[in-house]
Amino acid sequence: MLMQTDTRADTRPDPAVMARPTPVLALDGITKTFPGVRALSNVTLKLYAGEVTALVGENGAGKSTVVKTLTGIYQPSAGRILLDGKEIRFASAQAAADAGITAIHQETVLFDELSVAENIFLGHAPRGRFGLIDWAQTHARAREILQGIGSDLAPTARLRDLGIASKHMVAIARALSIDARVVIMDEPTAALSHKEIHELYELVDTLKAQGKAILFISHKFDEIFRIADNYTVFRDGQFIGDGRIEDTDNDALVQMMVGREVAHVFPKRSPSHGDDVLSVTDYSHPTEFEDISFSLKQGEILGFYGLVGAGRSEVMQSLFGITRPSGGAIRIDGAAQQIRSPAEAIAAGIVYVPEDRGHQGAITALPIFQNVTLPSLGRTSRRGFLRLAEEFALARQYCERLELRAASLDTELGTLSGGNQQKVVIAKWLATQPRVIILDEPTKGIDIGSKAAVHDFMAELAAQGLAVIMVSSEIPEVLGMSDRIIVMREGRMAAELSGDEMTPETLVRHAAGITQALTETRT
Amino acid sequence: MSILKARETILAGAILALLLLIATRFPAFVSPGNLAAVFNDTSPLILLALGQMVVILTKCIDLSVAANLALTGMCTAMLNIAFPGLPVAALLLIAVALGTVMGMINGLLVWKLDIPSIVVTLGTMTIFRGIIFLISEGKWVNSHEMSDAFKAFPRAELLGLPMLSWIAIVTVAAFFVLMTRTALGRAVYAVGGNPNAAVYTGIDVGRTRFAAYTISGALAGLTGYLWVSRYAVAYVDIAGGFELDTVAAAVIGGVSIAGGIGSVAGAVLGALFLGVIKNALPVVGISPFWQLAISGAAIILAVAFNAKAGKTKGRIILRKAETAA
Repeated sequence: MLMQTDTRADTRPDPAVMARPTPVLALDGITKTFPGVRALSNVTLKLYAGEVTALVGENGAGKSTVVKTLTGIYQPSAGRILLDGKEIRFASAQAAADAGITAIHQETVLFDELSVAENIFLGHAPRGRFGLIDWAQTHARAREILQGIGSDLAPTARLRDLGIASKHMVAIARALSIDARVVIMDEPTAALSHKEIHELYELVDTLKAQGKAILFISHKFDEIFRIADNYTVFRDGQFIGDGRIEDTDNDALVQMMVGREVAHVFPKRSPSHGDDVLSVTDYSHPTEFEDISFSLKQGEILGFYGLVGAGRSEVMQSLFGITRPSGGAIRIDGAAQQIRSPAEAIAAGIVYVPEDRGHQGAITALPIFQNVTLPSLGRTSRRGFLRLAEEFALARQYCERLELRAASLDTELGTLSGGNQQKVVIAKWLATQPRVIILDEPTKGIDIGSKAAVHDFMAELAAQGLAVIMVSSEIPEVLGMSDRIIVMREGRMAAELSGDEMTPETLVRHAAGITQALTETRT
Repeated sequence: MSILKARETILAGAILALLLLIATRFPAFVSPGNLAAVFNDTSPLILLALGQMVVILTKCIDLSVAANLALTGMCTAMLNIAFPGLPVAALLLIAVALGTVMGMINGLLVWKLDIPSIVVTLGTMTIFRGIIFLISEGKWVNSHEMSDAFKAFPRAELLGLPMLSWIAIVTVAAFFVLMTRTALGRAVYAVGGNPNAAVYTGIDVGRTRFAAYTISGALAGLTGYLWVSRYAVAYVDIAGGFELDTVAAAVIGGVSIAGGIGSVAGAVLGALFLGVIKNALPVVGISPFWQLAISGAAIILAVAFNAKAGKTKGRIILRKAETAA
């Protein structure tokens, strides 16, 4: 099996490597750091003309950072980008586009009110005399590009009148309207139907035949094995290995993606739990999820794992009353509950600590104590009037419990660091004295030390009898913290795992939809 | 909080400096009697600026306040003609009720139809003015048609101050309590400060905005009667453009147009600042054009100052930026 764990291994004279042509585009030892975070660490990536390279990795492996580095949005902190073997620097997104690198994103920005041709050529339309746009040429070239990808859309059609699949074609045509040599496809099939996916595969074959180098980012193993020629695996911003797709299989890729070592120690927890607190049956939403059923005991931590977009957060937001379900039932302590708003969820004892705490959690212009007491004002009021002394007491009680460091509880929340703001947001929810606490990606974007503190704290909450739901995309965290794990895929429950079933491999398999049959045919 | 306080202290200082400057040439302007008169003249603006402040705090705007005022004023004036015996207390109640209903209409449209507030209130502003034209047939209601009791109320003195001033003072006190000591006041700040977070905290954003518009409407209605009885005239265009003065007062007073930041003291000081300029310039002998220009400059200065104060809260990443600043 080909598993290079060190980038220097590439420089060894290997006949197979020596025989390959110079990559059109290569990343050599690229490192990208952000304040406090190392997103990419000395990674290598090679893209060859007329070949598809699949970039594989878990959420947070650094795939998006690579795309942004290749398209000139990020400048690498160290390392070289090589175009035809010559070092090049992309000072801007425009510079990368001029070099012939184009990306088709998951959600491409298109303009509904403009025509197909205008969308394709916006910003670089063919110019005629006096620098005015040459419409005849614009339309002719748009038609040409669309025909090249097998689409017969009219260049004059207005985008708002088109369906999603046609819009996607326009996005691809836009990407190809610059004379692209390298095409990056970032999860291009995420929003497509089965039929459209097959059309996309044909398009990829067309682009290959035209000699373009393609970087294909996908979580779906079946499509990686269907269209890729090469693979590269990243994990936690590190290059793990690469090679020809025919030299590997499902099991080997999964191994490389998840690794083996568990980096840090998770808190020890009691295996015994209390009575059922929350039970959810056949919970469904018209567009986001279907048939979600689970129960949760006092003192238990239930992990929700899945790929980004699997519908985990959507389920939680619905349980919390942000969106209305189309069917199903919620019981708390055995009693059926109707939850139609977050206020009703809080009253029923369910709280939700959102993933995006800046956007959905913190009110930075308000003082710390007012952030903490906001959902609990009913308890600190007398005859409709707020009692500041009681508010301060409540806020102090929970801020001390979370060991918040702040000069005064009267200072604006915005003056605190991100980690301390997170503590205030959690203090706010604990102050409501909930039965069930839902933590959505509780450790996303925080450093290792703070992560351990959050994990200890979750264990403590569970020990105190709270029922905890943790949505997480980090495999070690899900495995290390959860008593049981529900894996979601495409809005449905793919598996409910407990005990010995909880392994990195089973998680990845269920999340990516790798069936046992597929694995057997390949091994 | 300290920044907010500092902002209001600076504004109060600016008003004092302005008064001192005027006093050097026209000492009579700062006599207690004249200052009380200036306050009384500014009272309608204070009342409306408070309502506008609550609405702006929720990330909305109410452009219909002046039209609401004019319509309520016309209704009370016509009621006074039709039923001269109607006591002032009843008229006050009717005025507040009418204004409240108009505010509720704004609030419902913003809440249930999810239309941008500037569009909703631009629409209702025009509709309210149109209704005045319909009910009055474009005619004026003049002083001699109004009963003496109707006209006397805002002027009636209590402890040396006219009722109009007292109503403003009591309203300011009530708003201070509302904004700092009630769950609704807190919800208003939360909704404007971060609507998404407010939703996740169990606050109904739409309902809170509805409440803000209702409050703004009630104050506009109350001011409608006071305005018409004080000036003893009602017609289609009274208080034309006054809605922008209320926005100006709030903004000069440090209320963030993006919502979530602002205080009762700030809005009141903003209104007083405009009131002093409006009353002082004719005394000093400066043309009304300069009054507009000075008000406009004050708005831009206040916003620029607030934006700068808000920016320094961010993290400074570049070392050179730190030394440059």
